[in-house]
Amino acid sequence: MPTITIREALNQAIREELARDERVFLMGEEVAAYDGAYKVTKGLLNEFGPKRVIDTPITELGFAGLGVGAAMVGLRPIVEFMTFNFSVLATDQIINSAAKMLYMSGGQFKIPIVFRGPGGSAFQVSSQHSQALESWYAYFPGLKVVMPSTPADAKGLLKSSIRDDDPVIFIEQERMYGNKGEVPDDPDFTIPLGVADVKREGTDVTIVARSLMVPIALKAADKLQEQGVSCEVIDPRTIRPLDIETIIQSVKKTNRVVLAEESHPLCGVNAEISAEIMERAFDYLDAPVKRISGADVPMPYAKNLENLAIPDVERVVAAVREVAYLD
Amino acid sequence: MSKQTAEPRSAAGAEEKSSTGVLDAPEVDPQTLKQDRDAAKQRQKGRLGGLDPETIVDLYRQMLLIRRFEEKSAEVYSAGKIGGFCHLYIGQEAVAVGALSAIRKDDYVLTSYREHGQAIAKGMSPESVMAELYGKATGCSKGKGGSMHMFDKEVNFLGGHAIVGGQIPLATGVAFAAKYQETDRVALCFFGEAAVNQGAFHESLNMAQLWKLPCIYICENNQYGMGTSLERAMSLQDIAQKAYAYEMASEFVDGMDVLAVREATVRAVERARKESLPTLLEVRTYRFMGHSMSDPGNYRTRAEIEKYQERDPIKLFSSTLKEENIIDEPRLEQIDKEVREQVEEAVRFAEESPLPAPEELYTDIYSDPIDPTH
Repeated sequence: MPTITIREALNQAIREELARDERVFLMGEEVAAYDGAYKVTKGLLNEFGPKRVIDTPITELGFAGLGVGAAMVGLRPIVEFMTFNFSVLATDQIINSAAKMLYMSGGQFKIPIVFRGPGGSAFQVSSQHSQALESWYAYFPGLKVVMPSTPADAKGLLKSSIRDDDPVIFIEQERMYGNKGEVPDDPDFTIPLGVADVKREGTDVTIVARSLMVPIALKAADKLQEQGVSCEVIDPRTIRPLDIETIIQSVKKTNRVVLAEESHPLCGVNAEISAEIMERAFDYLDAPVKRISGADVPMPYAKNLENLAIPDVERVVAAVREVAYLD
Repeated sequence: MSKQTAEPRSAAGAEEKSSTGVLDAPEVDPQTLKQDRDAAKQRQKGRLGGLDPETIVDLYRQMLLIRRFEEKSAEVYSAGKIGGFCHLYIGQEAVAVGALSAIRKDDYVLTSYREHGQAIAKGMSPESVMAELYGKATGCSKGKGGSMHMFDKEVNFLGGHAIVGGQIPLATGVAFAAKYQETDRVALCFFGEAAVNQGAFHESLNMAQLWKLPCIYICENNQYGMGTSLERAMSLQDIAQKAYAYEMASEFVDGMDVLAVREATVRAVERARKESLPTLLEVRTYRFMGHSMSDPGNYRTRAEIEKYQERDPIKLFSSTLKEENIIDEPRLEQIDKEVREQVEEAVRFAEESPLPAPEELYTDIYSDPIDPTH
């Protein structure tokens, strides 16, 4: 299996799906002539031409809505947000149009669209360009929310998202585009949405992590192994639909759980997972559920402050030791 | 990116505009009003040429059907049969009927929450529209959409959308798809004048002209965004002119004349089909009722409403048709009887239809059925 970056894996997924289905097209700011602000769409304009790969004006609400309209009548748009920070301008079309169209129309209009782009914390770009928005989108029935953490997951999940008949919010972690890993080159390689992946098996403590927190949790698990603590790391990969069963089964096995995320804690995804664990596995818990979240502040610019705002390996290690009553 | 070649066109319809200007004046004496009405009728008569009597009578019938349907909607709403919001189309019938008579069944229509009229004019049955108002399983959206969210894929009626201006980018995307799929279909997008102040309007018009999309933007200027008059909400009130900012063709249209609306739409549709270019139509109209059923309408004077009722699009058209000997009084009465029966039948159908089954709560959220516990 070739080893490639997440950036290249996403590029492969889009390329293969553009080649596979004429109804698929890509639009967004700088996706074509510029090759993508983050180079995810590099070379696609050359290969597929301006009909299929379209540069838009900076008009997020407009082109998000245009994509939803096109999806109503048979196209399968991939709409790139240069970053998900800018999707905030498009939320009316994502939430009020894309998420609700099938329901409001009594099942008549499916919206097969992917809204994708980088999200989560970036490198020193301060408050407006560095934030995790998945809990917003996961709140709405009708949307699916996907967050890959490896190149293989990125490719397999993006291909499934493009083939899916419902609107998918596909959030790529801005800091992780250069991360490498093995990726199958079979054009039919896909990963189903709504299936969690056990990234590391263990017996003492379950760590649930997504996106940027997955490599951090795995590093923490390595350290903890040296300290004699065996951690199981679960990546839900899809926030909605959420594979809660896999998490519950793991908690029933380890009886201790740490939930790590870079987003704010209030009304966050891990608040939901924590409640599910309480409802479904309360009697199995040997310690309270422990959450680690991004600081409940707008993201600062200064490097030292930014580092403090994003959970790191040390915080995960400390949390695991806390629920294992080791300190 | 495609280069723009469309020349900006001056907004047509100057004569209509000066006429509705008479209506817009705060005080109009009866004599001026009569002259204005006669002038409007003369213009309408001039538009009859080339239309066969059957088509003409059908336009009249459709307008009357919508009027009677909406009167009945108000009645059953007041009786508690319809819940939620209910925005009536009374006074604006000429816009939907005139515009939709200019397109094909396979063309698309998207509109706002004031959409009962467009739904019926696009060919949806009054039964399915009334049943939707009643929240019944037989409604066009299975009782899940209600007054503001009517859909019918069969006739390419792509919805009632209830965030002001939200349908404008959607319609632009539908037109984009029609072009992408290499069809000659067009998209008609209706919205009120208040939507023109939304960013969605401007973002859409920019893309539509930039990419030459076959979308026809029909602004139904009824002069009030809920209770706020145009004067209080818009710096440049000449809406047709706003197309200039995007080098888009535009026209001002008398929305109280069904034939004027039809003619302007025919021109726009031809531009869309043949040149794949969008058009903005500012159609001046007036709603005779409140914004919604709960609106007492204290922001308008009785005199103002009565002034516009003098230009009632249905009265104007019946008067024109009688004077031109296309229809006589007994035939008009017969049509009224027939549409009233149609509306009664729609009510009967809605009354007798079942409510949605409880399990419908959890269907149509995703294309694949999901576990309702999640």
